[in-house]
Amino acid sequence: MGEKINISDLNKQLAEMDVKSLEGVTIEGDIELEIDAGAAGAGPLFAYYFGEEVAKVAVQLVNMAKAFGYPVESLLQPVAVAQAISPAPAELAKAAATVPAFKIPDTLASAKFSVGTDKTWKTQIEEVQLGATKADGGSRGHVIKIGGEKAMPFFFDAAMPNRPVVTIDVFDMPIGMAKAVKMHYEDVMNDPADWAKKAVKEFGADLVTTHLISTDPLIKDTSAKEAVKVVEDVLQAVDVPIVIGGSGNPEKDVEVLTKASEVAQGERALIASASLNLDWEAIGKSCAENNNVCLAWTQLEINAQKELDRKLMKVAGVPRDSIVMDPTTAALAYGMDFAYSNMERIRLGGLKGDLELSFPMSSGTTNAWGVREAWMVNSPNKDDSSWGDRMLRGPIWEILTGFSLAMAGVDIFMMMNPIAVAYLQEITQSLMGLVKAETPDTTNWISMEV
Amino acid sequence: MKESSPLNLYKFLPQTNCGECGEQTCMAFAAGLIARERAIEECKPLFEEKNQKKYGKKLASLKEVIAPEVALVYVGTGDRQLKVGGEDVMYRHQMTFFNKPPFAYDVTDAMNEADLVERVKLIDTWRKFYIGNWEEVEMVAVRSVTGDADKFAKCVKKVMENTEKPLILCSFDPKVLKAGLEVSAAKRPLIYAATKDNWKEVAQLAYDYKVPVTLSVPFDLDGLKSMALTFKEMGLEDLVLDPGTAPNGEKLQESLQNFIKLRRAATEEGQKDFNYPVMALPINAWMTSEDPVRGAYWESVLAATFVIRGADIMIRHSMEPHSVMPDMHLRFNIYTDPRTPVQVKPGLNKVGNPTEDSPIFLTTNFALTYYTVESDLASNNIDSYLLAVNTDGIGVQASVAGGQITPSKIKDAFAEAGVDFEKTSHKSFILPGMAAKFSGELEDLYQFKVKALVGPEDSGRIPGWMEKQWPPKK
Repeated sequence: MGEKINISDLNKQLAEMDVKSLEGVTIEGDIELEIDAGAAGAGPLFAYYFGEEVAKVAVQLVNMAKAFGYPVESLLQPVAVAQAISPAPAELAKAAATVPAFKIPDTLASAKFSVGTDKTWKTQIEEVQLGATKADGGSRGHVIKIGGEKAMPFFFDAAMPNRPVVTIDVFDMPIGMAKAVKMHYEDVMNDPADWAKKAVKEFGADLVTTHLISTDPLIKDTSAKEAVKVVEDVLQAVDVPIVIGGSGNPEKDVEVLTKASEVAQGERALIASASLNLDWEAIGKSCAENNNVCLAWTQLEINAQKELDRKLMKVAGVPRDSIVMDPTTAALAYGMDFAYSNMERIRLGGLKGDLELSFPMSSGTTNAWGVREAWMVNSPNKDDSSWGDRMLRGPIWEILTGFSLAMAGVDIFMMMNPIAVAYLQEITQSLMGLVKAETPDTTNWISMEV
Repeated sequence: MKESSPLNLYKFLPQTNCGECGEQTCMAFAAGLIARERAIEECKPLFEEKNQKKYGKKLASLKEVIAPEVALVYVGTGDRQLKVGGEDVMYRHQMTFFNKPPFAYDVTDAMNEADLVERVKLIDTWRKFYIGNWEEVEMVAVRSVTGDADKFAKCVKKVMENTEKPLILCSFDPKVLKAGLEVSAAKRPLIYAATKDNWKEVAQLAYDYKVPVTLSVPFDLDGLKSMALTFKEMGLEDLVLDPGTAPNGEKLQESLQNFIKLRRAATEEGQKDFNYPVMALPINAWMTSEDPVRGAYWESVLAATFVIRGADIMIRHSMEPHSVMPDMHLRFNIYTDPRTPVQVKPGLNKVGNPTEDSPIFLTTNFALTYYTVESDLASNNIDSYLLAVNTDGIGVQASVAGGQITPSKIKDAFAEAGVDFEKTSHKSFILPGMAAKFSGELEDLYQFKVKALVGPEDSGRIPGWMEKQWPPKK
């Protein structure tokens, strides 16, 4: 490579030899040959040794040699796949270092990055008010608004108008729960009013959910009339907006929830829930008549969700601003992928203009505690690495179950562990830019001592 | 790849239906390419030297069409080689996410040898069983804390003696990186990082040692793009982008939004000049707290943020079970292919070598539930039968609530599977604890000739249940 040779020189030489064109190489006009590692043509080793610019000339020389019958094929053998040729052995690296072909520019190229917003998001998610103050017919100290999004959560396309909120579960009788949850509620488990107070005052609950599980015919079969007294107690004990849940028995819940809706008349309580498996019409009508909000529960099925929402609006007469959807929370490691994508599809559908899906969403995040990794002392599989301390595993299971679904579009989370509540609130509010804090110089991470 | 019609790939194939790839027709192979089940390298004739005159152009066009929207970068070598990037969609339900972001856990050159070896071994051997597979850690990130090149090289060497997992070499000092590369380049580590200050030297290293390189320009996407274009111009295209991971404050919001912007630019806008895989640094959580639980939780939360939205590789710190376990599951869930069925075939299966004295369990045909129960029975050496009842792939609790499993459906499922309780010594089966309420009605249905025992709510407790309840009292 002692002598300099450029393409026009080469062309001249070839012309003198009366060679007009070589296979694959056009001599006339501008010549551009790409050395694509791994692709057909000049092999990567070849390009590697000669550098790209020199290679352009060299390719022509090689082609010329080929035309004259020189056995130069071996130089050109491409290696099967690009990545297989790297890394270079040390000698190769040394050899490469002596080739001046690799050229580092003096300055960085100038560039501007830009990306657009999603133009298909044309519909705003319904904004739903939970709770009502005296001024608007209820008795709550303040109201909470959820929904109202114009973009996917935390995206830059449009700011989220309302932060995700947490409602802490309160039960009308003591129930079995994981140790890491139970330890926080043992002292109040016999008194739903105290339980609700503790949830709000100590654990920062935005709302409380009163679950009337004792009404289940297989548990205590408490009458609806008796059960709703607990709702009155909770309304007295705290002044945050409330959620009212049944026992999950499809027959009894209709009676219990319609009665509860009457007791909470005008409070814009979230009634949990109407589903296709029970008399949704009765529950929907009672929400509409008593100015409460109806939770529409379906099981991981977007079309069922559309059907239920449609029926609640068209048949039961529930106003659009009084519907919240619960598309079912399958917990982390227990089908979270279904819950996540179902919710993400629902939210995207709503934003794109599907008016049967453009409602806020709720998540039964406490389902996380049903996952064995959240509560079991040790792994049943003896070959697993240690599962560590379950008291630390449980809360993070609830945090990540809720937070994943926050990323998919959930607006209200039904939770239990106070640590999990605090983290969920912190991360969602951080991602909305609401948490002010000095950010450390992140480039120090390499040398930090932990 | 944005293409969704096999016809449009078919035109770039030889169209000879030669069958070398194992498909009957080139059209079937094209469909396999669309489904990402086949790779173009499997079409041998396309690549044969002698065919290049014929197929060269087709191959070049095909490569362009099927290239992933987020560029694919290979790190490591051989069996341990990792795919970083290569994603095609913004949201997983649009197709699937393909290459789960490798988790690289850190070690430092300031650790004493015993601690270093112990930590590398922990990273190397960590594993957890989940839906028929072992989840494992993919990488080790070596941080230069001392700034001493020799110490760094020694540390890298020691790490390599104790694990085959691919490495990330972390330093902003080119001399330190060079020392690390001298001992590890053959294993194709990823280097971290080129910055606005050192990019010339680091570019030279990436070129000399032929390794992929991370470009770090925090919170400045213009600057990051400028660096990427410069590297590409130099012929360095195995790039990973670090747009900055702020662990707190308003900058955390900015960080997530930058990841979203980069993923959208690559997948939805097809910005081919700036579509490299992106690195997140959940390890930065440890800059905000010295409390070990707080640090681990916050790191997990940051990891979740970026696994869900746009990270293709990440550097981590906490190997505590309460951090690594949930994050592994979260990543698994997000990267599960939504296109594959999640149901097992309904019917009766044997676990171990069951006899007429062995218990008969039942569960639903939701794959996760089924495999969990099966694994709990098998790993505890419980010879038994396990019936998968068809619930359309819904789990026990939800199908009990939703009516996909009922006492009569259970009875029908046993009948269809040909189970004759008269031929067992115990004349019973075991219900999942979550379906306890069916017990009475089932015994009615069987006219009290078969016992419906109630098992535990979690199959992990079957061994304990067996000790107390099995065989059933007459």
